[in-house]
Amino acid sequence: MSGHGLVLRNICKKFGSTNVIRNLSLNVIPGEFLTLLGPSGCGKSTLLRIIAGLELQDEGSIAIGGREVDGLRPKLRDVAMVFQSYALYPHMSVAKNLAIPLLMRRLCAWQRIPVFGALLPGTASRKSEIIEEVARVAKSIGISHLLDRKPRQLSGGQRQRVAVGRAMVRHPAVFLMDEPLSNLDAKLRVQMRAEIKELHQRLGVTFIYVTHDQVEAMTLSDRVAVMLDGELVQVAPPQEIYANPHDRRVAEFVGSPKINMIDVNVCGGRLAEIGGQVLPSELTIGQGTLTVGIRPEAFHLASSGEPNSISAAVRLVEHMGSDLFLHLDLTGVPDPIIARLPAASGHIAPGNRLHLRIRTEQLLLFSENGQRLKQQASVTPLREYAR
Amino acid sequence: MKHCRLSFRTLGRHGFLAITTAFVIVPFIWMVSLSLKPPEEIFQASFSLLPQSWHATQNYIRAMTASPLPRFMLNGVFICAVIVVFQILICAPIAYALAKLRFPGRHVFFNLVLVSLLIPSQVLALPLFILAYQLGLLNTYAALVFPFVVSPLGIFLFRQFFNTISDDIVHAARLDGMSEFTIVWRIMLPMAVPALIAFSIFSVVGHWNDLFWPLIAVRSQELMPPPLGLMAFKNEDTGIDYGPLMAGSTIVVAPLVLVFLLAQRWFIEGLTSGGIK
Repeated sequence: MSGHGLVLRNICKKFGSTNVIRNLSLNVIPGEFLTLLGPSGCGKSTLLRIIAGLELQDEGSIAIGGREVDGLRPKLRDVAMVFQSYALYPHMSVAKNLAIPLLMRRLCAWQRIPVFGALLPGTASRKSEIIEEVARVAKSIGISHLLDRKPRQLSGGQRQRVAVGRAMVRHPAVFLMDEPLSNLDAKLRVQMRAEIKELHQRLGVTFIYVTHDQVEAMTLSDRVAVMLDGELVQVAPPQEIYANPHDRRVAEFVGSPKINMIDVNVCGGRLAEIGGQVLPSELTIGQGTLTVGIRPEAFHLASSGEPNSISAAVRLVEHMGSDLFLHLDLTGVPDPIIARLPAASGHIAPGNRLHLRIRTEQLLLFSENGQRLKQQASVTPLREYAR
Repeated sequence: MKHCRLSFRTLGRHGFLAITTAFVIVPFIWMVSLSLKPPEEIFQASFSLLPQSWHATQNYIRAMTASPLPRFMLNGVFICAVIVVFQILICAPIAYALAKLRFPGRHVFFNLVLVSLLIPSQVLALPLFILAYQLGLLNTYAALVFPFVVSPLGIFLFRQFFNTISDDIVHAARLDGMSEFTIVWRIMLPMAVPALIAFSIFSVVGHWNDLFWPLIAVRSQELMPPPLGLMAFKNEDTGIDYGPLMAGSTIVVAPLVLVFLLAQRWFIEGLTSGGIK
């Protein structure tokens, strides 16, 4: 089984006077795991519902597997969806919940009528076929023992599995998942994350996964589509999104702890200075300010007096087990910055002064309007530069 | 100190509730008590709840035989059942549309439903009578049923309950391939069982006890629901004979009390989660 590709062209959606989605185009490759990542309210769930046919776009078109589906009802689009609230039918058993998509597709309206339908030719054989299929899906996701229960008798993780099972049972070409893990506790979330990844590898169909959790996006996806204010800001593989963000907002949204953003002056088109360390770069802007983004792990310890190191006062130390998160005050920088150092960096206490160097190849430069400046920045000591 | 005041308040509250409850329940007890007494005891000056000489068997036999009371009861069951089934068939899809579908004017429609909740049924009696006359329905079962098949109360109750059901469920159902009507019957209504029971009780009690409209709509005794039958029964046969009359009233009321006691839990749940508190 292989999934269908999906093409979104110039999708626009308004609720009243607010633009929820602005002229969005996206190409999803068959079999891909694509995550729509964005803060709540950025329109990602709306986009998912538009793909499913539960909302109608104001403009633009959608094609699934090369077939335009704009006028088609959700049922006919060959997509299945897993909801954040699971949306299981509370009055039906797990088995019935799983069987519903098949019953609705394979039995005609007459055959679905209770009692009377059972008397019609073909009903019984199709029903037993469906029961078998439900049992097979239930077994493959480990919920066989739950088939007789009602959803309210299940734990969060079990409900989640049933919801996935209900989506799986009719072999859709595209899986849509709307924050399926956000109602689970942290431990279960990690486990279910792995299960979803495995499911994708096993089924090989196209997954479109909506989340505001960057860890989910980074760990699960083939590509991440970062969505902000109804627009796609960047669509790229996770490591690319992290290392090479095109926009200041992407850099700020992805990465935990958050990237440090420091406004610096460009003097004569060449120089910028952070805490005494000077960044020459081949910039085209003559005068003005730009923003330097430094990932917390771009810092490393230096010995005191080492040339080109910056001095910082420790405000706060957070022990994360494998790492230390240091909140630091830098002279000339208004907000505290966060550095991530290996836990074996020695004893560091609040109030200490540290000497740090910055791995300059990891610096990200952004113009005032948030655009990434592609010039390679490298740090050379002022003295060397002056020579 | 605080504890004392609290218990005093509790006492006061219970006292007030007991008195108001007594207003409601004393006539019932009086009715049952009278139905057990012989005629000479009914107008005795001294008051006693239980009769000195039991006359229950005679009264109840008289009530069942002197008039076609079983027939009236069957009429009542039939009329109430038809009304409640039609009401649900019509109100549930309307309520679903008002709660879950987005279409222009749905707020206006809902406000119209609210307004029609305020109209007393007596106001509509004359137009309905003329309508029934024009349609040739007078003095038939249909006349007793047709004014009630669309119930604003039912639409309101179901709409409030459906509103509490998450949109995700509706979306899931659409993706699973259900039509809008299938969603109403297979998903929404089964989830709204408490509201369904509460509404059914309202409806059945209301129409079982209704005297006003049947009085206007039917004349022949074969069609009469219980209250109208009891009234006819009083005029023609027993005159001032209160014992059998009270026995008849007790028989008429008994099924309602029984059903309510059985369904009480759902009744309260249906009303409270339906939005009226």
